[in-house]
Amino acid sequence: MAKATSSAPPAGSHAAAPINQSLTPDDKIGLYRLMSRIRRFEQVSLQHYQGGKMAGFLHLYIGQESVAVGTISLLGENDHVITAYRDHAHALAVGMGMDECMAELFGKATGCSKGKGGSMHYFEPSKNYWGGHGIVAGQTPLGLGLAYGLKFKKLKGAALCYLGDGAVNQGAFHESLNLAALWSLPVIYIIENNGYSMGTSQSRSSAYPSCLAERAAGYDMDWELFSGEDIYEVRARTQVAIERAHTLSRPAVLEIATYRWEGHSVADANKEKYRTKEEVERFKNEHDPIQRWRRVLIEEGIASEEDLKKIDKEAQKEAEASGDFAKASPYPTPESIFEDVYWEVDNKTDAGQTGRHFFND
Amino acid sequence: MPRRLSYRHALREAFDEELARDPMVVLMGEEVAQYNGAYKVTEGLWDKWGDDRIVDTPISEAGFIGMGIGASMLGVRPVMELMFWSFYTVAWDQIVNNAAMVRYMSGGKINCPIVIRGPANGGTGVGATHSHTPENILANFPGMKCVCPSNAYDAKGLMKAAIRDNDPVMFMESTKLYGEEWDVPSNDELPDGELFIPLGVADVKREGSDITLIAHGRAVITCLKAAEILEAEHGISAEVVDIRTIRPLDEETILESVAKTHRAIYVEENKPFCGVGAQIAYMIQSTIFDELDAPVLRINSLDAPAIYSPPLEAIQLPTPEVVVEKALSIC
Repeated sequence: MAKATSSAPPAGSHAAAPINQSLTPDDKIGLYRLMSRIRRFEQVSLQHYQGGKMAGFLHLYIGQESVAVGTISLLGENDHVITAYRDHAHALAVGMGMDECMAELFGKATGCSKGKGGSMHYFEPSKNYWGGHGIVAGQTPLGLGLAYGLKFKKLKGAALCYLGDGAVNQGAFHESLNLAALWSLPVIYIIENNGYSMGTSQSRSSAYPSCLAERAAGYDMDWELFSGEDIYEVRARTQVAIERAHTLSRPAVLEIATYRWEGHSVADANKEKYRTKEEVERFKNEHDPIQRWRRVLIEEGIASEEDLKKIDKEAQKEAEASGDFAKASPYPTPESIFEDVYWEVDNKTDAGQTGRHFFND
Repeated sequence: MPRRLSYRHALREAFDEELARDPMVVLMGEEVAQYNGAYKVTEGLWDKWGDDRIVDTPISEAGFIGMGIGASMLGVRPVMELMFWSFYTVAWDQIVNNAAMVRYMSGGKINCPIVIRGPANGGTGVGATHSHTPENILANFPGMKCVCPSNAYDAKGLMKAAIRDNDPVMFMESTKLYGEEWDVPSNDELPDGELFIPLGVADVKREGSDITLIAHGRAVITCLKAAEILEAEHGISAEVVDIRTIRPLDEETILESVAKTHRAIYVEENKPFCGVGAQIAYMIQSTIFDELDAPVLRINSLDAPAIYSPPLEAIQLPTPEVVVEKALSIC
């Protein structure tokens, strides 16, 4: 059973955190807009998936928006992001555009990975976004490497490495925790705990003392468990870990309780079997992070219902336009199959032109 | 008198020179620093370069290889030692899905300038788990490069090229060769002031006219010995082509040699099924079929897991005698 807000401190206490006090009304509306855009992007991509416009898997982030948006809103110039295959929200949160993200789902040349990666493999290093990784926990050593690179280059930054609750049982994750603590690397592992690793609930997949993040204690590492529903709380508690990473180069594991409304992927045939309809409805009706933030903005007098509806409409329009953009975009050319394999070949260096690199007959 | 240098010492010189040339180069692996290397390849480098550049890792291949790949995405140039290439299996997901694929899946936005290196050979009495030779498996993945030097001179020059390469390079050495010595000129004896061998250039190690023995890694040494026997005892002139890098592959040098001798055998210490020799034999027959006076043959390690028992292990790998026998069957 996924944790919801029962353990959350009283509303308002996190709003008072300095990192949240520093938010301007525009910043707060910006957080809403971003969550709204992510949700509309996911909804529109689902429609196109069902319309046969894309192949493979589509792992939707609907219901979890406050986690990516809240954590990534804290990042600066030398902070980096890497995640697993449920990666669309993080991409939009770092500032990638809907057009290139939607086109990637359609397998088009205008996609963020030129149609070569697909849903699970979004990247934008120029925005410190390192994917988008398909193998569960495969990204956890890479996140460690980003932190290693920061420390090696003597940059004050942190690597936020996201993983699902199902990834905590992979060996690569545990090896990463050991190395992170052993070498004091500024990596923050964020377990986006939506309660289910595909169709297997947390209680059926993991052994743990009080929560998954507590496993970090075995590596002498800081850890936290908190609800992801309130973006103030996500920001306030993640900021503590970021500051520790920046000033002390200390790693951490944060477990953020959240809930996905849709199946593991769109192809999840059993999404109504491994959890009850009532559970899903309860999270939709009582624990929607976007609705919660909406109430905060209205209560604080920052925005009216109408203002927020307008933002939602704009987001919907933008998402639909990205679908049109993707549809109208060309597929990659057959020649492009052999591009982006080797840096040296792409850049026509001596090394790239010495010896045969491809074997097609 | 030319300078003699062991294979391990030649590698160490390559590391030392690249550490001096580029501050982003860092050596990592189990026991590479304070212990001076399990096979003493990195001996003395920690004393000279210190903790930032020469890093001991825990026994945690998936973790530290993946970490190196992540660091390489940010521009660090890690040279990662696997104490044995046999341990690639526990880091496999990182090597294949991350090092080799991330450039492609990101549409060319990322590259991984990483070298993963260590010994990959059988014949040392350590049983099947420690005797793997995965060069054919690695070379199967577009995105990776694969290098197998047969001697100290090539090891140094190719290692320097591998470290400067902007793609992931899998560099496979041999514990059987680490202590062997070859002529390796010092930098001041060289016209370019350094020893640098581009990846993707094969080398004719011995000229001949009757048959071409093609090989990589230590099998090249086996071929050179076989060529001497063929010459001395059978009057057969064998040419020996060392491909040096498997991917990228220098096909021209192989084809030129076979077009001259009209006979070819691929010799490798790897297993036969889907081995490197299978690819090369295919390439030869499909390109210059009319030049061949005999079928292209292969010699591999005998097709079973590496056996421990020393006298049998010695015959599981290709020997000069086996190469001679096979050559005689088509000459």
